[in-house]
Amino acid sequence: MSLTDEEMTSDALVAMRGITIQFPGVKALDDVDLTLRGGEIHALMGENGAGKSTLIKALTGEYAVDAGSIAVAGEQRVFHGTADAQQAGVSTVYQEVNLCANLSVGENVMLGHEVRRAGRIDWRATHRAAVGHLQNLGLRLDTRTALGSHSIAVQQLVAISRAMVTEAKVLVLDEPTSSLDRGEVQQLFAVMRDLRSRGVAVLFVTHFLDQVFEISDRCTVLRNGRLVGDYPIDELSPGRLVSLMLGRELEDLAALSGASDRPVDRSGTPVVRMKGAGRKGLIEPADVDVYPGEVVGIAGLLGSGRTELARVLAGAEHADSGQIEVAGKAVRLNTPRHGIDHGIAYSPEDRRAEGILGDLTVAENIVLGIQARRGWRKVRRSEQDALVSEYIAALGIRPANPHVLIRNLSGGNQQKVLLARWLATAPALLILDEPTRGIDVGAKADIQSKVAELSEQGLSVVFISSELEEVLRLSQRIVVMREHRKIGELASSETDVDGLIDFIAHEGREGAA
Amino acid sequence: MNAVMKHRLFWPVVVLLALILVNTLSRPSFVSITVQDGRLYGSLIDILRNSAPLMLVALGMTLVIATRGIDLSVGAVMAVSGAVALQIIQDSGDAANPSVLAVAIGAGLLAGLACGLWNGFLIAVLGIQPIIATLVLMLAGRGIALLITRGFITTINSDPYKFMAQGYVVGLPFAFYVSLAAIAIVAVIERRTALGVLTEAVGINPEASRLAGVRARGIIWGAYAASGLLAGFAGLLYSSNIMAADANAAGLYIELDAILAVVLGGTSLAGGTFSLAGTVVGVFTIQTLKSTITFLGVPPAVTPVFMAAVVVLVVLIQSSRFRRWVGRLGGRLSVRSAQPVERTEVAS
Ligand SMILES: Nc1ncnc2c1ncn2[C@@H]1O[C@H](COP(=O)(O)OP(=O)(O)OP(=O)(O)O)[C@@H](O)[C@H]1O
Ligand SMILES: [Mg+2]
Repeated sequence: MSLTDEEMTSDALVAMRGITIQFPGVKALDDVDLTLRGGEIHALMGENGAGKSTLIKALTGEYAVDAGSIAVAGEQRVFHGTADAQQAGVSTVYQEVNLCANLSVGENVMLGHEVRRAGRIDWRATHRAAVGHLQNLGLRLDTRTALGSHSIAVQQLVAISRAMVTEAKVLVLDEPTSSLDRGEVQQLFAVMRDLRSRGVAVLFVTHFLDQVFEISDRCTVLRNGRLVGDYPIDELSPGRLVSLMLGRELEDLAALSGASDRPVDRSGTPVVRMKGAGRKGLIEPADVDVYPGEVVGIAGLLGSGRTELARVLAGAEHADSGQIEVAGKAVRLNTPRHGIDHGIAYSPEDRRAEGILGDLTVAENIVLGIQARRGWRKVRRSEQDALVSEYIAALGIRPANPHVLIRNLSGGNQQKVLLARWLATAPALLILDEPTRGIDVGAKADIQSKVAELSEQGLSVVFISSELEEVLRLSQRIVVMREHRKIGELASSETDVDGLIDFIAHEGREGAA
Repeated sequence: MNAVMKHRLFWPVVVLLALILVNTLSRPSFVSITVQDGRLYGSLIDILRNSAPLMLVALGMTLVIATRGIDLSVGAVMAVSGAVALQIIQDSGDAANPSVLAVAIGAGLLAGLACGLWNGFLIAVLGIQPIIATLVLMLAGRGIALLITRGFITTINSDPYKFMAQGYVVGLPFAFYVSLAAIAIVAVIERRTALGVLTEAVGINPEASRLAGVRARGIIWGAYAASGLLAGFAGLLYSSNIMAADANAAGLYIELDAILAVVLGGTSLAGGTFSLAGTVVGVFTIQTLKSTITFLGVPPAVTPVFMAAVVVLVVLIQSSRFRRWVGRLGGRLSVRSAQPVERTEVAS
């Protein structure tokens, strides 16, 4: 902040000045500056909807700016699209992965940069090169498989390695770590450090504060589309960064810590009981009980079968063994619709592909869950308005306009709309698969306390998250998964993060060794 | 003014009005309407009357496209329903008998519905791609119609049947009332109930809709059934107009006109949100265009080229990106791509 404009621009690789972008009805950015230097990792921080992704899209030419200038390597630039930006050495991984799901992994990584020999594409060499790029990120997989057949985490890593195929001077990563596990994040960080040492400027968006402090050198903070400031990371503490982002202090999460110790009455009938239910090739038969008012966490590494367990429980996948009981009675659970009819609500992991309906409004997206249950009979206007404004207020959805198309909301706000959709159906069991992915610190606390509050009032919840702290804080019991198998169950009062990590890694391994 | 321009029907209506204006300038009699025996006559009235089959087909096509599908079989379905109805009338030997007519019309509609259900079964249950699934019937339908008419062009002589396409009620063609009724019924079913929004949900994101509990299969099936039924009715109108069941000519290429009408009306072929009002405007645009071609005396050999050129022009005018590009060429201030932020149109 103490630097003058002159000093800031002198060695800057990217200098964005006075950027203003107006969408109909929202000023997404108002006179924002951003400076990136070669050889630095720069964090861009802010709440959901603060304008981070918009600023990035202004840099890459995806959006035209209404005011302001952009200089790359000292030269004033107006990009008319990502291709222009790439030419100028700016490579970007957007928040919502946009790759071609039906092309192979290798084709996606190398698209536009295929290895050619005598004018023809040499596919063997191309795939070999792709394998190399992926290995830099610690990813070993068959590059000839279709991208769509892999998890979002893998897709995200593919998007990142795609951005690194071009020898970029500036690498922009919008929430690259939101679906990665610890190991993968470390791999990515290693690559980022390597790029930094080679003089590349890396712009990095995340909602994980610890990652910011671990890897970045500087940090630009936005709030409500305005610049708060540009700080060296050493001058900030986590608490200070949060208050810069939110414009207020964050209420203590300590109030929540009681949640995991709350006694749950397990003497009655469980709300839902899985008895040896599983599906070949997806998840081995498992037993899981969820009692009234209980929060059951599911922990495990990525690809360990957490999501698959949830999907079987919700009817999104049809179990081919065992049975599932709801309130003590065995039920048919072959489609998500069956689950919903039995009061089981499932909020899926992949927000964009399986959650939101981009061309419908916030209100329509919220009401859809109820509407689907009622069939043709339209939810009355007054009922709809009441519900929608209740949830917009309760979850702090912004902009608080129910008639905005949901695709124009920031990622975190989309997630809140999905949560509202399911809460509005008043389920008996709510299954949340990564509900806080991409959500800012403030909203994360809001969602966690909402879950704690609802479960205290008797709602049963299955809570899946890669963030073990979160799972431990909210749930009374934790089901641990590994390699598509349930390997055990822990009471959260009896363990901590390290204990849980240890359990995930080693439980049941001794016998095999 | 700005709000009016942002309305999704703005450009479709502008295009229709422009087309009418061009016609009027080149031939002032275009807009004149004369009264004869209490009936209205004129080019505009002809457009209302002749557009009825396309209107029915395009309404069904709108629903199908909203689910991310397409129905190529509508023309062939028209041939089938016309063949069924006329063959029943001809075989009965009593073309004026109301109960024979009722049976014939009912059977024609049922044939259309059956075709739609077949398409829906292939697509919603067996998961065959819509373009392939409906291609089957598009190719086979005319053969089936020929089988029904035993290889001939069935002709009949029945004044009541003729009334459907050629009769008048309170001064206006009966066929126009059929259009109006179809528009009203489809609009009420889609928009007064939640069916419309559930259809849009399925079209926007089938998997997300399924997980949200929407019965996607039933909705998709229903859309094809509706399309078949409406095409069946269109086939009856067509056969009533020429008093013959011509398996090769009935509804020929109407699927293309219908798809065009839907697109001109602002509904995306990618599925999702749809506009029935837009389709209505699109149908009138196409019908006006056809009457223009006839009037200008464009030789039949170049008609498709002429039609294609006009369509390209119309589609360009409606493209916001193209308008911005032209605006920029003109050196005027470029306007930010105003993607619709709010939904302006919900009712049909
Ligand atoms: N295409 C658009 N049309 C209208 N409004 C938009 C559009 N894109 C973004 N916005 C609005 O601009 C604001 C900034 O959104 P942006 O996506 O940049 O937030 P963000 O900081 O990236 O948030 P998150 O952390 O949730 O990803 C939000 O209020 C959003 O609703
Ligand atoms: Mg964002």
